[in-house]
Amino acid sequence: MALKKEHDLHKRRFGRNMGVGLLLGSFVVLVLALTMVKVTSNGFQFPQTQGTQD
Amino acid sequence: MSDASINASSTAHEAVREDEAGFGDYFALLKPRVMSLVVFTAFVGLMAAPVGVHPVIGFCAVLFIAIGGGASGALNMWWDADIDQVMKRTKSRPIPAGKVEAGEALSLGLALSGLSVIMLALATNVFAGAFLGFTIFFYVVVYTMWLKRATPQNIVIGGAAGAFPPVIGWIAATGSMSVEPWLMFALTFMWTPPHFWALALFMRSDYDDAGVPMLTVTHGRRATRVHILVYTILLAILAVGTSFSGIGGPVYLAVAVVMNALFLLGAWKIFRRDEDDSEEDDFKAERSFFKLSLLYLFLHFGAILAEASLKPYGLGGW
Repeated sequence: MALKKEHDLHKRRFGRNMGVGLLLGSFVVLVLALTMVKVTSNGFQFPQTQGTQD
Repeated sequence: MSDASINASSTAHEAVREDEAGFGDYFALLKPRVMSLVVFTAFVGLMAAPVGVHPVIGFCAVLFIAIGGGASGALNMWWDADIDQVMKRTKSRPIPAGKVEAGEALSLGLALSGLSVIMLALATNVFAGAFLGFTIFFYVVVYTMWLKRATPQNIVIGGAAGAFPPVIGWIAATGSMSVEPWLMFALTFMWTPPHFWALALFMRSDYDDAGVPMLTVTHGRRATRVHILVYTILLAILAVGTSFSGIGGPVYLAVAVVMNALFLLGAWKIFRRDEDDSEEDDFKAERSFFKLSLLYLFLHFGAILAEASLKPYGLGGW
């Protein structure tokens, strides 16, 4: 049996890995954008720290 | 180990490799066509709400509602793998086609359900996240696991799950409930039965073979034709009546009058026909009614979106 360097299987796995990678990357960007919007909005308040010491 | 057994095992291994799923097969588990309807109706619900939403938050809301809808689709395919294998319409889905394991669909569905609910709650508000969680539960447990195989009213009650996205979109924007999103809910809810019953009329043997108690199987095809007409009349009253609510207006009224007249005409044609007529022209009237139903929902929600988009310019609404 001839040993193929690039089997169709490799292409499919590469496509799958690339898809997952892109999705995870997009998710990180989305969470970053969402955080930026939330903290720069007018209604944003830092949570009160418990047991504050003066 | 003989040469023959080595050859046999490598051939079997090769066959497994040939069937290995690609990225698109996992995406297909999310029912992209249903997801597109969810995206559109949730977006309309969000836009029709009387408050402004930051574009990034609006985008996240629609995205996570869509992912929740996709997760429901994957869980539905996991549970229904046995009947999907029997039905012509569904046997090329990733699980019956042997590309994805049922367990993988379950894992993907559960993971995406959790992700979508938590992210929607964080991006918008807890009420919207909880409502999305309830919608997934309703579609997967109440419809798929319980009612689909138990009652001929499966489509009627199951249609509720598909009708929730505009309500979730509205809640994501406002954080509260009101009458208008429930009108959008009612529109999709009442639209679902005639849409699916028309499909059941011309995909005849599919539901029989799978043993799903569709109305066509349990009450007969004549009763299904009557049901389509009755639901279409009720839908028309509701759809035209919505014109005079907070989400309606002249554009919506014009669309509703034209589309409901066409839809009623289609339902009347289906009602008047018997099986011989349908057989003769290969269910032409039923097929065109089904196609019209897709346009019907799209145009109604499109008109609600148009009214909402015109409001900032002093147009739209009454």
